[in-house]
Amino acid sequence: MNGVDSHPLDLESPRLTVKAPEVRYDKQGNNPDEERIAAAILAFAKDFGRTAAAYMESCVHCGQCAQACHYYVASKEPKYTPIWKLEPFKRAYARESGPFAFIYKAFNLKPKVTIEEFQDWQTLLYDSCSMCGRCSLICPMGIDIAALVGRARHGMFQAGLVPHELWAVAERAEREGSPLGATAKVLKERIGWLAEEHDIDIPLDKEIADVLVTLSSIEIMKYPNSIVSLAKVLNHMEASWTLRSDGYEATNFGLLSGNFQWQSDMSMRLINAAIACKAKLMVLPECGHAYGALRWEGANIYGKTLPFRVLHISELLEENIKNGRIRLNPMNKSLTFHDPCQISRRGGATEAPRKVISALGVDFREMKDTGDFNWCCGGGGGVVTIHRADPLRYRAFEIKMKQIDDTGAELAVTACSNCRLTFDDGKAHFHWDKSMHSLLDLVADNLV
Amino acid sequence: MNLLAFAEGPALVTSLSVMIIGLAWRLVAIFRHPTQRNLSEPRSTATIAGAVRCIFTRMVPHQEFRSSTKLSSTNGYAYHVGLAVVVFGYLPHIDFLKRVVGISWPALPNVVIYLAAGLTIISLLLAIMLRLSDPVLQLLSNFDDYFSWFVTMFPVATGMVVLGAIGGHYPPNDPSAHDLAVAIHLLSVELLFLWLPFGKLAHAALVFVSRSAMGADFARKGSRI
Ligand code: SF4
Ligand code: SF4
Repeated sequence: MNGVDSHPLDLESPRLTVKAPEVRYDKQGNNPDEERIAAAILAFAKDFGRTAAAYMESCVHCGQCAQACHYYVASKEPKYTPIWKLEPFKRAYARESGPFAFIYKAFNLKPKVTIEEFQDWQTLLYDSCSMCGRCSLICPMGIDIAALVGRARHGMFQAGLVPHELWAVAERAEREGSPLGATAKVLKERIGWLAEEHDIDIPLDKEIADVLVTLSSIEIMKYPNSIVSLAKVLNHMEASWTLRSDGYEATNFGLLSGNFQWQSDMSMRLINAAIACKAKLMVLPECGHAYGALRWEGANIYGKTLPFRVLHISELLEENIKNGRIRLNPMNKSLTFHDPCQISRRGGATEAPRKVISALGVDFREMKDTGDFNWCCGGGGGVVTIHRADPLRYRAFEIKMKQIDDTGAELAVTACSNCRLTFDDGKAHFHWDKSMHSLLDLVADNLV
Repeated sequence: MNLLAFAEGPALVTSLSVMIIGLAWRLVAIFRHPTQRNLSEPRSTATIAGAVRCIFTRMVPHQEFRSSTKLSSTNGYAYHVGLAVVVFGYLPHIDFLKRVVGISWPALPNVVIYLAAGLTIISLLLAIMLRLSDPVLQLLSNFDDYFSWFVTMFPVATGMVVLGAIGGHYPPNDPSAHDLAVAIHLLSVELLFLWLPFGKLAHAALVFVSRSAMGADFARKGSRI
């Protein structure tokens, strides 16, 4: 697989990714199969800590995790059982480095995993797992299956077995600084016309600022109004803030595709930009995995405690509503909130958006399974980029539509642009009458 | 040495040793890995409380998951509790433990034991039927699952044979018939001890490790445990 021209972006359809490839390249590089297998196992087990080792040892095959996974529940296909998605890695682990590896190897009790098996598992580890962590909450043994899927993706990347589209956007992000063509030049242009059109100050590349604000390229390319909303809110707060062209892209396709080096490069761009402008606070955009990548993994990549705080935009809103720097007009509407998995369940910031919603004075209607137990929209973890995953993703999305319809709320709101993208795509596919809105936009539109 | 003496002596010592050393080895296999330094600013530092909480909260599925896991959780409870009642509440078991380890406690009435044994047998049979018929469990299951079921069921079955041999009389009227049955029963339990560390039955110990690992990790992030 080579460079950018062979993977043109599709920026016209409701869901942004590369155009559906005519020929799929789901196997990267030219390494011999034996080397791929070895690389997969090595990358999976790299830096294996005690926690991951405990997870690998503990499954009792009770099958309960299936009931938590939207892909299984929507399809009833046993292969979508969360822990089954780890099967080749579990087997390789037991054989290579588990407590009884010497017995397994000596008697070949756990046969070596073949390249065909790893290849077969690509659709399970990428197309049908959004790393939403719902399964981790149901597992009676307390196994964080989603975390293991993240590790397995490291293995798959090193084996050169990443789905075509996800590899392409990740590679583009590493090379251009954005998975969707939102280069620094594009960002500058957008900011220029947004500032002019909305007659608003959007600081870019200030040398010193208290707050470094970051974006998702989905916002830059598809929901540019988010940038205006950010500016409205931060200007309303009279914050000293800036966007930086050397560190604005908060999505991290290194993390999603499983390339730890790329993940680190992407995180370090943001960290260095924040340090360069002496920021005391980095604000992450309405993007789920961006939060996980920086809030929970950023410091580990940096190698020491970050010299600034990291907040998701919903946390920033909540904090400043509480301290009175953001004042809102009440809204006379009924509203439901879709929790982005990486912010709520995986990120621990479940309450922040609820406090913001409460400050908006709306008739708030929680879905049946909500907050930490919310059903994923099906598009996270890079799934929405993969064309061949569409049929399954749409089936999983039906759970989501029903949840929202059942609330009878007038407005559906979330705090993740990737979720919004998935909702836009699902809406178009099902001719659904609902739209997913941004919490940030709502706040910006109702500032006093 | 007759069979009972063998079962009560060397076989018991050996199987218990294998179980303890094997379990210790499995724990070593986990604890030899380093704890990973996490430099992110914690939302909560109450990680030990999180670990303990997770051990308890995962004993019952969260409300949202109760309907979909009703059968498997309830049945799981049935044989875990049933086995515990029979193992630790039945007078002959208590007498045996008293002889071996020197401690004892009051026994439960026989009627409770019989009910618990019945419950255990039914729920273990249901467990294997589910494993053989549910497509998800079929897919997940391997030798370990079936053999672990067998070594759990086998002592229950041999225990029933002992009960038959003594005709419900304890101490038994006919010690010779009783001795052989007890020897077989003991050996079947020892088979369970022997297998326990190698397969999923090790969850008896591992459940505390994985739950507490998750609890600590999630508490740090402020995530739901
Ligand atoms: S993390 Fe989410 S999508 Fe992945 S297996 Fe678990 S429940 Fe399914
Ligand atoms: S719920 Fe946990 S213990 Fe049960 S099969 Fe899934 S991973 Fe294994």
